[in-house]
Amino acid sequence: MELVNIFIKSAFIENLALAYFLGMCSYLAVSKTVKTAFGLGLAVIFVLGITMPINWMIENYLLADTGPFGTDLTFLRLILFIAVIASMVQLVEMVIEKVSPPLYNSLGIFLPLITVNCAILGGSLFMVSKEYNLSESIAFGLGGGFGWFLAIIAIAAIREKIIYSDVPPALRGLGMAFILTGLMGMAFMSLMGIDPSAIK
Amino acid sequence: MAETKVLEKKESGLSFGKAERKLLTDPLDSNNPITVQVLGICSALAVTTLVSKAFVMAIAVMFVLAFSNLITSFLRNSIPKQVRMIVQLVIIAALVTVVELTLKAASYPIFKELSVFIGLIITNCIIMGRLEAYAMSNRPWRAFLDGIGNGLGYGIILIIVAVVREFFGKGALGGYKLFGPGVDFLIDTSSISWLSWYAPNNLFVLFPSAMFVIGILIWIHRAWRPNLVDIS
Repeated sequence: MELVNIFIKSAFIENLALAYFLGMCSYLAVSKTVKTAFGLGLAVIFVLGITMPINWMIENYLLADTGPFGTDLTFLRLILFIAVIASMVQLVEMVIEKVSPPLYNSLGIFLPLITVNCAILGGSLFMVSKEYNLSESIAFGLGGGFGWFLAIIAIAAIREKIIYSDVPPALRGLGMAFILTGLMGMAFMSLMGIDPSAIK
Repeated sequence: MAETKVLEKKESGLSFGKAERKLLTDPLDSNNPITVQVLGICSALAVTTLVSKAFVMAIAVMFVLAFSNLITSFLRNSIPKQVRMIVQLVIIAALVTVVELTLKAASYPIFKELSVFIGLIITNCIIMGRLEAYAMSNRPWRAFLDGIGNGLGYGIILIIVAVVREFFGKGALGGYKLFGPGVDFLIDTSSISWLSWYAPNNLFVLFPSAMFVIGILIWIHRAWRPNLVDIS
């Protein structure tokens, strides 16, 4: 039950995209159609779900002062976390290139950019600051990825529909996406007041 | 060896012609990293509550961008494709550490205020984006100029957004109170009735307002340059 709680909390209440505005670059650039948004969203869930436990183990078994080196090595946290994330993204890139070349081509430069998607690194840093244990950090990673996935699907669906609306020409596309994200963010801010332990 | 050197100089020595000037001016306008390329949004949202924060951040990003472009461009032919991201990230992380330590030594209060965001320059997509899109396929001098240009384009947007947000959100500019209740060493705004009526709008301190401000900036930019409009 605790794990379900963390999953729901990280997916909806502390949504990485709409509450913390992390991973905005790929969120805005790949949300033109639901199809590419879907692909990127899945890739983000996958990368977050994998990197979170690996980074948890690095943090607790390698960097903590109880680790093999016996000293506090947490100043290496950023570099090690980003190295893990980069190698995982490289892996995902190679798999997608093999399995689905059309998806690979449509994701273009934004696939390598998952590495620098702040949602991934931000997720790992949140995991450290919230002091989750291993299973909780997996739930947090999957929940955070799922929330990001939902957010990018939602904005992609809105952007697909808004083509038919009478938006001023200069505001079409990117400008409207920014304003929509701001509005969605305001809506999600009202979810922040909810106590997840009350939903049981 | 001597011959290749001459050839190199002919093609792209430290010349500064039309193409090089374009590298500097394009990112300010028709190829702006934030409003056109959509890179580096996260930090633009986080550091733009105060003009001073935005300014330091812009300088830091410009430095990291220019030198990571330069170094990557020097190494571009010897980096294997499969591990290029990791190599790029190591370059970026090393430069970010240089910036972090320099700032810590030079101005501790600003470092305190910015510390998290300086670390997050590593994950600023603008740097990785320029490395992938430009430095991996161009000569060092041009890559360096491209880095400076994109840093400037990023900084300008950052400062415009910060001016709007600080002005409306705090009734201040660069830390000096201009409107609303409060006393500054320049002017006592609470004693002058036409300055003290303004109640700071807290929405402008929150993240969504940055989205609105950037959205409206994009609107203005594209109304002025209609060829940038994409239909989707």
